[in-house]
Amino acid sequence: MSRLIFFFWLLPAGLAAKVTDLYPHEDSTSIHNHFKEARDGDTLRFNEGVYYIHSLVVTKPLVILGRGNCILDGSGKYEILTISARAGTVQGLTLRNSGYSSMNDFAALKVIDAANLLITDNSILDSYFAIHLSNASRCTIRNNTIEGKAISEQLNGNAIHAWKSHHLIIENNTVSRHRDGIYLEFVTHSRITGNHSHLQMRYGLHFMFSNDDVYTRNIFEENGAGVAVMYSKRVTMKENLFRNNWGPSAYGLLLKDISDSEITQNRFEENTRAIHMEGTSRIQLRQNLFKDNGWGVAIQASCNENSFSNNNFINNSFDVSTNGQVILNVFEHNYWDEYEGYDLNKDGTGDIPYHPLSLFGLLIEQNPSMLILVKSFMMQLFERMEKAIPSLTPEHFVDLQPLMKPFTP
Amino acid sequence: MLRLPRYIIYDILRNKIILAYTLLLFLISTGLFQLEENNDKALLGLLSVVLIVVPLVSLIFTTIHYYNSYEFMELLLSQPQSRWSILLSEYSGVAVSLLVAYGTGVGLPLLIYSPGPTGFYLLLAGLLLSLIFCSLAFLIAVLSRDKAKGIGIALLLWFYFALIYDGVLLLLLFSLSDYPLEKLTFLFSALNPIDLGRIFVMLKMDIGALMGYTGAVYKNFLGKETGILFTCLVNLVWVIVPLLLAKKIFNKKDM
Repeated sequence: MSRLIFFFWLLPAGLAAKVTDLYPHEDSTSIHNHFKEARDGDTLRFNEGVYYIHSLVVTKPLVILGRGNCILDGSGKYEILTISARAGTVQGLTLRNSGYSSMNDFAALKVIDAANLLITDNSILDSYFAIHLSNASRCTIRNNTIEGKAISEQLNGNAIHAWKSHHLIIENNTVSRHRDGIYLEFVTHSRITGNHSHLQMRYGLHFMFSNDDVYTRNIFEENGAGVAVMYSKRVTMKENLFRNNWGPSAYGLLLKDISDSEITQNRFEENTRAIHMEGTSRIQLRQNLFKDNGWGVAIQASCNENSFSNNNFINNSFDVSTNGQVILNVFEHNYWDEYEGYDLNKDGTGDIPYHPLSLFGLLIEQNPSMLILVKSFMMQLFERMEKAIPSLTPEHFVDLQPLMKPFTP
Repeated sequence: MLRLPRYIIYDILRNKIILAYTLLLFLISTGLFQLEENNDKALLGLLSVVLIVVPLVSLIFTTIHYYNSYEFMELLLSQPQSRWSILLSEYSGVAVSLLVAYGTGVGLPLLIYSPGPTGFYLLLAGLLLSLIFCSLAFLIAVLSRDKAKGIGIALLLWFYFALIYDGVLLLLLFSLSDYPLEKLTFLFSALNPIDLGRIFVMLKMDIGALMGYTGAVYKNFLGKETGILFTCLVNLVWVIVPLLLAKKIFNKKDM
């Protein structure tokens, strides 16, 4: 729908649209003038070469294209391109070396009070913030490659940063080495699909106060802490891969104060903690795979009415952990690789309940110094006893109908 | 000088126990690697076995061997030989055969199935444990003339290091949980060679990342070269001190 409106809106202008070619030998004033003189719907085309240019401000609907390998360099001091228009396209540019400021969020490509933008096939290198949207709606950010400098959390901005926006589409981007890969704050009704976010200093994807969003088929690898979804409602997370978020404070997926969401068919592999849940309620976790993680799900006592079903827990050090005695969440029909029960009536679910909590996991949670006893002979004996007769771990933390074989849809 | 240890090694090889021990270790190691498709998990299993079996066998075998060669030692003492050289010959004879047994029984499968730093650490930890418990056994054996008592003490010592120590540690960590214990736990681990060996190998398996701050503290220290040095030094102390104590007692002992 938005595309259609854009098309019709450009139609009258499009009839008279002009293509202006820009060359690297022009000085910066002349390029700024080209931008000033351009009329709605015009195309400005950067030709191959390096442009040392900054603070280009676009306030009207323009199509900005890059031809060949054209590089816009911010000299490490300035913002490069700012767009504040009702429509427009930015395609095929390489933006690099935008400036750093501790006061302002300097970005290579900044979008303020804009709508219907298409930002596609760009590369943004060595920038503080790469793409920064505020108060933007119906924008599409697609097929961009963004690589930062990965200095520290303070000296790096976010790769794609969106604030107070709605109906965004962020898809098939590759982002790396920034603070957060994709950061959303007060962003609603948006779709994040097929992105590859890796090697961020902090989160691969970060939600704050962002409701009604969907993210699917993304890959989050080797980030400081995977994905964080905080203070949000109605978020759908589907078919994502969370891999190798490994380190003393790393998570695959961190859920904090979120509710009414859905987490389905994701894969969590080799994370220190695949999911850490705090203050979450009414979340459906279905058909996820937890494999080779340190902890599968760390579910704090502040979580309620979450339901786990048809998930596969395979080869994790600890499948689940919790920090309280009260259990308000439901586990049923999950597959646990350490389950040792039997199935007499051959209906596919085990006949005796499974207690997934491990005593050692519980101890470690309360007192991390217990690490010194990991895999000790005594601990293994205790673990056996606890599995047979749960006394220290909460009795109600139980899967009454564990699956005998891994779930396959 | 080397003739005496050589005789002792021949003697040990003749009674076949050490061969059986080698075979046992070899079967367990290859079995684990064959059964488990994931190499890391096999190593973890092997670690558990090594940490239990190696100290036990080293302790018991050395103690029994000492008592069985008591008459031989009495014979040697009638010769112009210093007591220290006799004890050292006995020790090196037993220690070398234990090391060779462990080296072939576990070392060979490790070399075949999992040649890498973790495997090497496991091998090193086991070798050091063999040495340590061999010298502890010598200390026990020279302390008591009675064979049954000696073996009893050896078993108790094994129980202490393998089980009781960890239990006490668990209690201690619980009661002191309000204090920052990260640094102190190094001391605790140094006081039990089995624990030290376990943590040393576990950290190489990157399990340290699981455990938050404590894990990071451990990894920063034990995971690096200084950590290897620290472990080896502490273990050497564990080898040398009991042996020197045994020497002191043996020198004054009325056979």
